[in-house]
Amino acid sequence: MSVLTYIESSNGKIKKNSFELASYSCELAKLLNTDVVALTINSEDVNELSNYGITKIIKVNNDSLNKFKASTFADVISKAVNHTNSNYIVLSSSLDSKYLAPLLAAGINAAYVNNVIGLPSSLAPFTIKRTAFTNKAFSDSSINSDKTIIGLSSNSFGLIENSVQSEIEELNVEVQNSDLTVNSSEKVSGQISIADADIVVSAGRGMKGPENWNLIEDLAGTLGAATACSKPVSDMGWRPHSEHVGQTGKPVATNLYIAIGISGAIQHLAGINSSKIKVVINNDPEAPFFKAADYGVVGDAFDVVPRLNEKLKEFKAQNS
Amino acid sequence: MKILVCISHVPDTTSKINFTDGDTKFDTQGVQFVINPNDEFGLTRAMWLKEKQGASIDVINVGNSSSEPTLRKALAIGADKAIRIDADPLDGYFVAKQISEYVKTSSYDLIIAGRESIDYNGAMVPGLIAGFLKINYVTNCTKLEIDNEKVELDREIDGGKETLSCTLPLIIGGQKGLVEESDLRIPNMRGIMQARQKPLEVLEAFDCSSNTKTIKFYKPEPKQAVKLVSADNLDELINLLHNEAKVL
Repeated sequence: MSVLTYIESSNGKIKKNSFELASYSCELAKLLNTDVVALTINSEDVNELSNYGITKIIKVNNDSLNKFKASTFADVISKAVNHTNSNYIVLSSSLDSKYLAPLLAAGINAAYVNNVIGLPSSLAPFTIKRTAFTNKAFSDSSINSDKTIIGLSSNSFGLIENSVQSEIEELNVEVQNSDLTVNSSEKVSGQISIADADIVVSAGRGMKGPENWNLIEDLAGTLGAATACSKPVSDMGWRPHSEHVGQTGKPVATNLYIAIGISGAIQHLAGINSSKIKVVINNDPEAPFFKAADYGVVGDAFDVVPRLNEKLKEFKAQNS
Repeated sequence: MKILVCISHVPDTTSKINFTDGDTKFDTQGVQFVINPNDEFGLTRAMWLKEKQGASIDVINVGNSSSEPTLRKALAIGADKAIRIDADPLDGYFVAKQISEYVKTSSYDLIIAGRESIDYNGAMVPGLIAGFLKINYVTNCTKLEIDNEKVELDREIDGGKETLSCTLPLIIGGQKGLVEESDLRIPNMRGIMQARQKPLEVLEAFDCSSNTKTIKFYKPEPKQAVKLVSADNLDELINLLHNEAKVL
């Protein structure tokens, strides 16, 4: 038995969230007293994984795997699971991994637990902590299955650097096909996606109109942050749906979440609660968001945000 | 076209979350239950398919009798028949098994579920059903168009969207975008009256066990009070984020 983690790539490059997955999987393998194996699909350079304790890497490279297809990728992972005789499979919380996870679970007859935020608190029975009720609560779940798939919440574990020698094995797999075809994919180019961002700058109705979003974009640009918005803002069409964060929108689990002109409805808070540090800028000192925030500034966004941006630019210039 | 919409019976988004029985069960006292929002977008999309192209809509829930008002609401919105599998929904695996076993006895062209329920957030029921029944599956689905056997879909991806096509049968995990919030329907009096006459079948559960169990729920530690920084002293905010929170 081993712990297998599936490391995602984008255009042949390992995704940033992979190092947290690698760190977690290594620690899990230590607890279970077993080996850790990383699986990459169409990744060119995998060497960086050896900085995070990965002693074995299985590379699957195949031109028919250039486009992500959940059922095909789940099938490739299941072959790697069989090949390595793995009982624990660790996946990221990216939309692609969450898409393929239940297909993999059905394929290898495994239990699947997502939103996992830590190492198991007990091995017999295998018990693990997760978020539930859209981040309004936690649960300890015990698992009764030979095989378990763990979906790790992003930014919940952190990085553990551990430089090791990695053995690399190339695995040839037969790629299964389905009649489901991916025709095209569009990514908003030049911008950081909410899922990949360390910092998210989010704004609400307090911005008064879409024409004022340059203030938000400028601040996000200075911080290297992704931009997001509240539900009313996306409902009114000020910003695209893909930026809507909250219970029915995207979940956000980032290191720093800056909310500008967002009152903090319970549905919004549920979506962003897993973020580590929350900063609120709002001119209404009674806004419910202040109760959920770590740091707050009571003030007019149109005054505070540009000044904060200038000060951050100075800070960045001094600290880079 | 025969459509099955999977309905999860969940606490309203504004509910206070509390637990009972030594923190092992969700406390339903005083809680308003609703159709899971992600499922409701799908149900509305199914209604459009029914009205534009002709389709029958069945709705299914795995739950005890307390979920019947939620199924009646789905009937009042316009579904033709409701099925309740009489069992406590132990976990996502259990629910997916129950629905898969039911689907085997009654074939559907299209199954619509939500991308996740807003209570346990398992995000696995439609994917497991797809895996058990070996049918096409698209989750985070934000667009669904069906022309005869040909299906065109959009899926949200991290940082964008992709377009897909496939054939039926198909199961999707729906979300906002499939229809908009403003498209959701509030049952009218006529719908509510008709819903009383529509069939609500209660079926015995298929014999299977769950593979996970919740041992204990807990609520987050009460948060420390917010640290307020004066709008005239933004250097202090940067200082706190850099030196105290260490996020800059």
